Amino acid sequence: MATVTDRTAHDRWEREAAVAPSREIPPTTVSSVAVDALYTPESLNGFDPEVDLGYPGQYPFARGIHATMYRSRLWTMRQFAGFGTARQTNERFRFLLDKGQTGLSTAFDLPTLMGLDSDDPRCIGEVGRLGVAVDTLDDMRQLFDGIDLSKISVSMTINAPAIVILAFFLANAEDHGVDWKDLRGTLQNDILKEFHAQNEFVFPPEPSVRLVADVIEFCTNHVPQWNTVSISGYHIREAGSTAVQELAFTLADGFHYVETCLARGMDVDSFAPRLSFFFNAHNDIFEEIAKYRAARVLWAEALRDHYLAKKEASWKLRFHAQTAGCSLQDKQPEVNLIRVAYQALAAALGGCQSLHTNSLDETLALPSEHAVTLALRTQQVLAYETGVTNTVDPVGGSYFVEALTKQMEEGARNYFDRIEDLGGMVPALEAGFFRREIADAAFTYQREVDAKYKLVVGVNAFPEADEKPIETLAIDDHVEKEQVAALRQVKSERDPARVQKALDEVQRTAATSNNLMPALLEAARTRCTVGEIMHAMESVFGRYDGAAKW
Amino acid sequence: MSQTAPALRVVLAKVGLDGHDRGIKVVARGLRDAGMHVIYAGLWQTPEAVVRTVADEDAQWLGLSLLSGAHLTLVPRILDLLRKAGLENVQVMVGGIIPEPDIPRLLEIGVARVFGPGTPLSEIVEFLRERGGAVHA
Repeated sequence: MATVTDRTAHDRWEREAAVAPSREIPPTTVSSVAVDALYTPESLNGFDPEVDLGYPGQYPFARGIHATMYRSRLWTMRQFAGFGTARQTNERFRFLLDKGQTGLSTAFDLPTLMGLDSDDPRCIGEVGRLGVAVDTLDDMRQLFDGIDLSKISVSMTINAPAIVILAFFLANAEDHGVDWKDLRGTLQNDILKEFHAQNEFVFPPEPSVRLVADVIEFCTNHVPQWNTVSISGYHIREAGSTAVQELAFTLADGFHYVETCLARGMDVDSFAPRLSFFFNAHNDIFEEIAKYRAARVLWAEALRDHYLAKKEASWKLRFHAQTAGCSLQDKQPEVNLIRVAYQALAAALGGCQSLHTNSLDETLALPSEHAVTLALRTQQVLAYETGVTNTVDPVGGSYFVEALTKQMEEGARNYFDRIEDLGGMVPALEAGFFRREIADAAFTYQREVDAKYKLVVGVNAFPEADEKPIETLAIDDHVEKEQVAALRQVKSERDPARVQKALDEVQRTAATSNNLMPALLEAARTRCTVGEIMHAMESVFGRYDGAAKW
Repeated sequence: MSQTAPALRVVLAKVGLDGHDRGIKVVARGLRDAGMHVIYAGLWQTPEAVVRTVADEDAQWLGLSLLSGAHLTLVPRILDLLRKAGLENVQVMVGGIIPEPDIPRLLEIGVARVFGPGTPLSEIVEFLRERGGAVHA
């Protein structure tokens, strides 16, 4: 009887493979990693299932961070949403909850993301266009009006002014009688990836990281269920990186935050359990699954063996996933529905804790109600109709997946060494290492698409001559006027003396090494604006433009 | 590829608050590889700063990238400033996320071409070569 280890069968397979039609371009993953025709036990030399695979919910968590994963509890369906005024976004939040979404995720507009007020001259044309405009605590109240913050978890995607927005959120919760101990949610608060990829930074690296650590420290003591950082690879991937770069740079950022907190004298087990992650879910299903598994293994190893965390909760990598925005096309946009479905599958097979699925119209505009409903339904079909949630880690033990996981781990470790060689995270960052790696990968990818080494349906393959335009969401120009008027109103009603005192206190505290949160909470309550608070900090920290050179 | 004609001088810039620079950097490299002289002015450029760069660099082309939805505010402003600075011969192209209905408006006010997200680099290069540079009096 022939078995896979019988050389006769193996030799025969090799012969048949050698003469079978082969593709002109040797197959690779989306990240241009070569893929073999067949993976067998021999592909896994040195693989020990007990050590390398283990059980879900146990070190090294390759199979997942919980014993029974989706059998017990599905990932959270958390669609990123936000546009216009707080009132408009509040309506969209309620719409999504009504459609079956199980957690909230907030998108802020560019002015807010960059720490500027809606009436700042630099913001003309930008207010409310890519997310919700938040200038003061009043906007925060309106944003979550009618939503029980003690029952619904809230994610907020904000980075440079993250600590300020969190102060607004906490002050608002307090105003509504919600105990901070009951608040659940996530603050993205990952400034390092802004320097690498998304460019939503304001202050230089060192003070920026200080603010990240201030949030971690404050929440560890006062908001215990809050995920203090969403250490992100999503944006790094969107900027054009490969899967290995996404994995390596994200974990390296995580290590830097851990080290920063340790340097403050914090106990790793006090804060590590509330660090969370955010990865991209790109087209290549198996590459993505391998990436998520490798992430769990590498993080567990580092936390347990290098940072000497004792709690299992500190070793567990929890992550949110979002399907790849950069993979969406403006040609035949309905095809995006299909891409997103496959990407969501990868995220589920990879064991994500939370998932956002993009809408088909997002290359053109923010999601329409119809499109975002379909995106949510994509998750619901995946969760309830496909059967992939019935057993834990269904692809575990696949020769291909395990081989790819090991390869991914090795690739990441190489990058960790290179970052070390450059002197660590901040020197590497300031030397432009991450940006150049990402830009090179982005360029390589474009070259491959242009040369048709990589096919994109509707773009360089199977185009349609006549495309019917689809209806998309339009952001009214009135939003800016409304927001500016509301801001003027708040400014006219607040106590200018208290405002000045609060801003002075922010500035004073910024110049010390004390935690800024108490001063920011007071600033929030006195109706200081995001822009005023950021300006007070900028006068101490300075503004950073170094990374704008590429 | 013509070796005798002088290299086209192209300024590329991101205007407004939008920081998504993957596309513009890929275009910059692609145009450089095609032998053009590319100046990437960077992120967060104000309309005034962009026009100053175009003047300083004696550019024939200005490429703007916007994914923020602010194009109908910022692009007309830039075209206006170019005219006021006597740079109306500088040709302008726009890329990023520009909804279909807005494209005719941009072309109307003087943008030479709007390139969508899936545009191959070769298409941009061909277009620029075809159109050539501005002729200064």
